[in-house]
Amino acid sequence: MSKATEIISPAHGDAGAHDDHHEHHIPKGLMRWVLTTNHKDIGTLYLWFAFIMFLVGGAMAMVIRAELFQPGLQIVEPNFFNQMTTVHGLIMVFGAVMPAFTGLANWLIPMMIGAPDMALPRMNNWSFWILPFAFTILLASLFVEGGGPAFGWTFYAPLSTTYSGDSTALFVFSVHIMGISSIMGAINVIVTIFNMRAPGMTWMKMPLFVWTWLITAFLLIAVMPVLAGAVTMVLTDKFFGTSFFDAAGGGDPVMFQHIFWFFGHPEVYIMILPAFGIISQIIPTFARKRLFGYASMVYATASIALLSFIVWAHHMFTTGMPVAAEMFFMFATMLISVPTGVKVFNWVATMWRGSMTFEIPMMFAIAFIVLFTIGGLSGLMLAITPVDFQYHDTYFVVAHFHYVLVTGAVFSIMAAVYYWIPKWTGRMFDITLAKWHFWCSLISVNVLFFPMHFVGLAGMPRRIPDYALQFADFNKWISLGGFAFGLSQLIFLAVMIKACRKQGEPVSDQVWDGAEGLEWEIPSPAPYHTFETPPVVK
Amino acid sequence: MANSNSALVTKLLLIVVGMFGFGFALVPLYDVFCDITGINGKTNETAAVYYDGQVDESRTITVEFITRTHTGMPWEFRAQTKKVKVHPGEMNMVEFYVRNPANKSMVAQAIPSVTPGQAALYLNKTECFCFNSQPLAAGGESLMPMRFYVDPQLPEDIHFFTVQYTLFDVTGNGTDDKQLNNPFLTSFSDN
Repeated sequence: MSKATEIISPAHGDAGAHDDHHEHHIPKGLMRWVLTTNHKDIGTLYLWFAFIMFLVGGAMAMVIRAELFQPGLQIVEPNFFNQMTTVHGLIMVFGAVMPAFTGLANWLIPMMIGAPDMALPRMNNWSFWILPFAFTILLASLFVEGGGPAFGWTFYAPLSTTYSGDSTALFVFSVHIMGISSIMGAINVIVTIFNMRAPGMTWMKMPLFVWTWLITAFLLIAVMPVLAGAVTMVLTDKFFGTSFFDAAGGGDPVMFQHIFWFFGHPEVYIMILPAFGIISQIIPTFARKRLFGYASMVYATASIALLSFIVWAHHMFTTGMPVAAEMFFMFATMLISVPTGVKVFNWVATMWRGSMTFEIPMMFAIAFIVLFTIGGLSGLMLAITPVDFQYHDTYFVVAHFHYVLVTGAVFSIMAAVYYWIPKWTGRMFDITLAKWHFWCSLISVNVLFFPMHFVGLAGMPRRIPDYALQFADFNKWISLGGFAFGLSQLIFLAVMIKACRKQGEPVSDQVWDGAEGLEWEIPSPAPYHTFETPPVVK
Repeated sequence: MANSNSALVTKLLLIVVGMFGFGFALVPLYDVFCDITGINGKTNETAAVYYDGQVDESRTITVEFITRTHTGMPWEFRAQTKKVKVHPGEMNMVEFYVRNPANKSMVAQAIPSVTPGQAALYLNKTECFCFNSQPLAAGGESLMPMRFYVDPQLPEDIHFFTVQYTLFDVTGNGTDDKQLNNPFLTSFSDN
């Protein structure tokens, strides 16, 4: 469709014939969302999808915590408990955190680099719209005979090959679809950043959110195919008589762990690098100072990404590796704390002697720095091979990865949404409610996850529906914290619904006093199409 | 720009396809790596040549034998010798007893694993029932020999290692018929 036709007959543009070159025409109704190729629409879809999945996965966590409220089996059967831990993990990783980051990438990367849209808008539509199908399949598997996947989100063989139900096939296909979605999203991000930067937007002028996402996208296309390979091998081992992981046929179950963690460790950086980018955008705004050590941030991100490929076996210290290999993986893992330390240092140095104010995004960002660092330090403890033999598969591990993923990745996503949503809606969100959300979340999340360190050190194993009596008091506190954290997210839901209904004071184009970057130069709310003529970056 | 987009997308898709292939390539790479380094407790799968060097009588190594059958495998399987003290370089023979209590012929495959894994490289088997699958008629029993020596290069800090055999049911895995008719194996299972 040529531009001339559109201008002559703008009213003809029903949703079916929608073309992303329309200037002032937004199709209405459901089909707008189904057929959209607009990066802002797709970003919104991703973010709401992630939020719904966050609540679904959270509801499963509530089941887990209700069962663990006291020792003994009272609410659910052990097999259903195992399905809850498994699907909670899968949903939070692939349904909540990763789509939320992709949603932010869709909204922000074109606006930050001065591009009119993502480079491959139609593929963008596909990469979102296959996701609901993936998660429908996964959730539907909970209702088939024998129940859903119950082997943990890591689906170790032989749990997933020999001892799993027929629903494993559904699990495998849903992971395939999630993987395809992530790969398409990653390709889109890379092509957009390589080819669509505005004139003058050189590599070392790119905002850090763009940098961290670029590196994340490369990690995604490198390791999501390995995950696809691993689930395919599980599928053929279970249903088609291959023996990749079956010792009887010459395979090896430990090899599953090598293949899985070769994907799995870069995956955890996929879930944290964009968070580093977000924090690096927010801290300078509210400290009213330039980011300290921009170049070192870029190099630190790249080093973390490269190191993530050579540390995978630190998840497997107890499988009986030779001491030399354990030493290698221990030291390589500890090495990652150097670039991570550079980042934490730079954030603190940015705040040092800055004119700081504590708006909601800044509060989440500071909470991120403190609590993520706690999670990083428990990670260092886990990296020490000899003590890992005690910590392995205990609640200490659960505490560690929830500190880095909940108070790390999830807090950064909340910080990002609070930071940019006034730009998206043109209105300030309900600050009072948001403060309630922040303080309730901050307190409850620590009641929830901090005591897990203690029960873990005392030897409480993870992924069990019952436990020894001496852990009862701590578990009661953990469960209460869990319920409170879950309820706190309903406040977040209320803030988001109010914001999307455009209640609140209109905001200026810059929104925040110290905000810098191309996205703050366009009007608030951000128009449906931005930067159709590229800006010139000085 | 459309051209440069598709060129870049093509390259990125090649990485994706390559990494999918790499996931599968990890399977043979893993085996090769374990063969060379001996980690993971994998022992030699074909007969080693006899050792004709010096026996190191200054060292005594205890080798322990453990047997188990895989889930669903009905055979009785035990080591006639639970533990043996050997000098590096000297030839030894141990025997394993098997009985098939089922009322049909079955084929079994024993898979060895050595702990600590580093010792696997230094356990040299010149003859082992684990090199081939073992057929046994219904109710049949057999004594299966295993001849081995410990390489004198065995690291100084290893004084004790365990060899575990797990017996798997491989009846109906395709190669059975040929092996059931193999005269050597039939006579072997007759003793």
